[in-house]
Amino acid sequence: MQFPILSLIVFTPLVAGLLILLIPAERKNEVRVAAIAAGAIALILSTWVYFSYDIAAGGYQFVEKYTWLPALGISYHVGLDGMNAPLVLLTGVVMFTGVLISWGIDDRPREFFAFLFILATGVFGVFVALDLFMLFFFYEIAVFPMYLLISIWGWQVTREYAAMKLTLYLFVGSVIALVGALAMYFTSGLNTFDMLALEQAGFSAAFQRFWFPFVFFGFAVLGGIFPFHNWSPDGHVAAPTAVSMFHAGVLMKLGAFAALRVGIMLLPEGAKVHLPWIILLTLVNVVYGAFIASVQNDFKYVIGFSSVSHMGLVAMGFATLNREGLLGAGVQMFSHGVMTALFFAVVGMVYDQAHTREIPRLGGFRKVMPIVAVAFIIGGLVSMGMPGFSGFIAEFPIFMGVWRAYPWVAIVAAISIVITASYIIRIVGKVFFGEMPEEFAHHVHDVSVLDKVALVVLSAILIVVGVYPQIMVPLVETGVNNVLRLLGGV
Amino acid sequence: MSLNLSMFIPILPELLLLLLGLVVLFLELFLPKQAHRNLGWVTAIGSGLIILLSIPAMPGAQAEFVWGGMLRYDWLSFTFKMLFLFAAGITALFSMNEPHLGRRGDFYLLMLASTLGMMFMASAADLVMLYLAIETTSIPLYILAGFLVHDVRSTESGFKYLLFGAMTSAIMLYGFSLLFGFSGTTDIYQLAVSLRQGALPLLSIVGSIVLILIGFGFKVSAVPLHFWAPDVYHGAPTPVAGFLSTASKAAGFSVLLRVFLAVFPEVTLVWGSILAAISVATMTLGNLVALAQQNIKRLLAYSSIAHAGYALIGLVSLSSLGIASVVFYLIIYLVTNLAAFGIVSIVGSQLGSDEMKAYYGLSRRSPGVALALMVALLSLAGMPPLGGFIAKFMVFAAAVRSDLIWLAFAGVLNSIVGLYYYLTVLKYVYLYRAEGDESPVSISRPSRLAIVVLTFCIILLGTLFAPWFGWAQTAAAAMF
Repeated sequence: MQFPILSLIVFTPLVAGLLILLIPAERKNEVRVAAIAAGAIALILSTWVYFSYDIAAGGYQFVEKYTWLPALGISYHVGLDGMNAPLVLLTGVVMFTGVLISWGIDDRPREFFAFLFILATGVFGVFVALDLFMLFFFYEIAVFPMYLLISIWGWQVTREYAAMKLTLYLFVGSVIALVGALAMYFTSGLNTFDMLALEQAGFSAAFQRFWFPFVFFGFAVLGGIFPFHNWSPDGHVAAPTAVSMFHAGVLMKLGAFAALRVGIMLLPEGAKVHLPWIILLTLVNVVYGAFIASVQNDFKYVIGFSSVSHMGLVAMGFATLNREGLLGAGVQMFSHGVMTALFFAVVGMVYDQAHTREIPRLGGFRKVMPIVAVAFIIGGLVSMGMPGFSGFIAEFPIFMGVWRAYPWVAIVAAISIVITASYIIRIVGKVFFGEMPEEFAHHVHDVSVLDKVALVVLSAILIVVGVYPQIMVPLVETGVNNVLRLLGGV
Repeated sequence: MSLNLSMFIPILPELLLLLLGLVVLFLELFLPKQAHRNLGWVTAIGSGLIILLSIPAMPGAQAEFVWGGMLRYDWLSFTFKMLFLFAAGITALFSMNEPHLGRRGDFYLLMLASTLGMMFMASAADLVMLYLAIETTSIPLYILAGFLVHDVRSTESGFKYLLFGAMTSAIMLYGFSLLFGFSGTTDIYQLAVSLRQGALPLLSIVGSIVLILIGFGFKVSAVPLHFWAPDVYHGAPTPVAGFLSTASKAAGFSVLLRVFLAVFPEVTLVWGSILAAISVATMTLGNLVALAQQNIKRLLAYSSIAHAGYALIGLVSLSSLGIASVVFYLIIYLVTNLAAFGIVSIVGSQLGSDEMKAYYGLSRRSPGVALALMVALLSLAGMPPLGGFIAKFMVFAAAVRSDLIWLAFAGVLNSIVGLYYYLTVLKYVYLYRAEGDESPVSISRPSRLAIVVLTFCIILLGTLFAPWFGWAQTAAAAMF
């Protein structure tokens, strides 16, 4: 029996969250230090497990399996492969940096960190789950705390509305997928929720055609797929900074990942039938999302819609069902996660100082917060898919894959790159350069050291993956091989 | 029939409960008035002890008929008996600090009497015994609902409950008499045989099914016999409302399971379709009307109507998984709803209001109570890692298993509606600020104990569910 590293990663945040709840409410600094310590532990563990994955061997590693409810074949079954390893690392990164920039939270920080960590446990659990029941169990744990985090600590104007909208949207999706999962379980006749066994169940083509849309869309709602995306910008904007980072950075990947893991991998024949039209929806995501982003005046809405656009690329990569597309989507999930966490961190920092997010009113922030400006520019370059940054490593293969499958889709989708460049450059020019308006000149200061650390960590990751793709691409490739095997070697 | 000691083993829990009732009665007579509150401790600890002492009375794998075929000694009845005892003990703890309730020995006595009736309901194997048990359960409950004699609402509640209850039980009795007339026997397990051989016209069977369903539907507050529940829960003392919505409802389900599965196995299509329709109507109506409630007790009343609908899904599925899922659902629902009503009674007795406004800013006034309320409501909403998730999962699984995909969809979409109003309550608790008074809500020792036990159980049931589900499966197997 090897060391249960994955369980340790899954449960560290939960235990930390419960311990934090035991700290008296008025000792806020102890709460914050404990939270940062827990975040650091999670980051170290996830980094360690990421680099210990043996690429040559491939397959699922660090597997743990314990029976949970033998009567129905439910087990606690976790494992790491090339698809979810980057996502585990991503969660560690976002958790650590999110806690760092949340030092300033003053309203019930104890509950804030506790809920955030429960959410993190849910996210880790979904990423490493190899059991369908367990995946749902952790999926709902990951989604629910969002409601409290947004509605209690969010932006006062829209938080109640946005939190409720988000929660209901995501739960409708998840319960519909749940019915599909139950149908798979009973139809397979294997009496097990083990996804590795269900992959071999040999569902009939008619069954797969019928259930694939339920399962795929049920999860893809959380991935922000058109036309079920509109909870997402509202949710991003209403959430407090760390939660936006988690939300756009990690949770949306949860939806995309689960749609891949349960939808495409368990129902490959259904995927082949339906994805050719679903790719049109993802095209709408990519282009329309970018258009909407470019006309927003609220800084945070720009980033919110850019997430819709970029997550559309992930789904589009999946929908190609070929090696390049899947590979790009795998890297894009990581790259976009880090990038969007960086964006939301920057937005939060600007807002904390300026108390407004109206782009036309802002200006000249480069002078007071140079590191923030640089970080945003790096994020922007990633977002445009500039070579040398992780975005290029992710988006280039996606476009290649799409070109191979549906050339005209690739042509239309490429428009989004131009639009993205336009809104990023506009923000950079308007918010960070130019003259600082009089009203901000006196009370705007530079950000704290913790904030800078967070920004540097996030920017460095984006550059490292961009400059040295070998750190991630071969790993994701092993995961893609596994998916392609199930698809019958497309 | 000669008596010997082994005959008393199957009814050991009942005997012990009777003994506990007598102890409470005598203590009330001899204890000084100011010590009467301690009768709550006696009741609660007594119920706990009975659960422990009943372990030797566990039935074997094979069901037995005892006491001249009046009772069936099997795992289904045993499971429900333990549930009722648990509910009675917890309710006693929550009642202790209720004004005009906690210091009245007759309150505890009546509750125990009702519990005794429920225990016989769960094991009755004869229509006459069943009817007696139902009345033994109901009459004390009518009094309990109207216990606060100087409170108009409570009196109204008791009276309403009595009128509705008496009427439906009369109709049910008529159904029983029809069955007796057709078959010449009142033995539930003989009835099935006679009905099968008798080649009765389907219409008469359907007629008696409908009549009986009226009585049982009232007990479990299924649509269209749900009208009483919101008014009665609203007016009754809160711990009594909690007891009504959990133990009494579970008792209703225990007879529903037994009678329908045992007496009418031949015509499952008939009552299966009736119950499927009732199930959908019950959850939908309960959830939709709950959306509009501004009083937390009425909200929980409608939510408990909706939960009856979810539990019925399992019964409609008509498989061993389905029956197990009903039992499992009821175990978890009972624990969860007791917690929810318990917190309402704590808040209500402190702030003197059950309106939503009383819950504004509860998390600032009392983080612990707020957290417990969150656990209870999220479990009702079906959120992991709490019990409600796995309970709902099982009934929906049972529906999919029996190819009732539409019913599973009706259930999951309903649970989203449910989620909405539970979240709304949590929003008031966590997000809003109390108007004016922000003093902490204090919580008495018995209530705290009860809340801790229930919260622990909710989490335990939701994470390590294998043994409990195994238990539910054993209970369900006793039906076949």
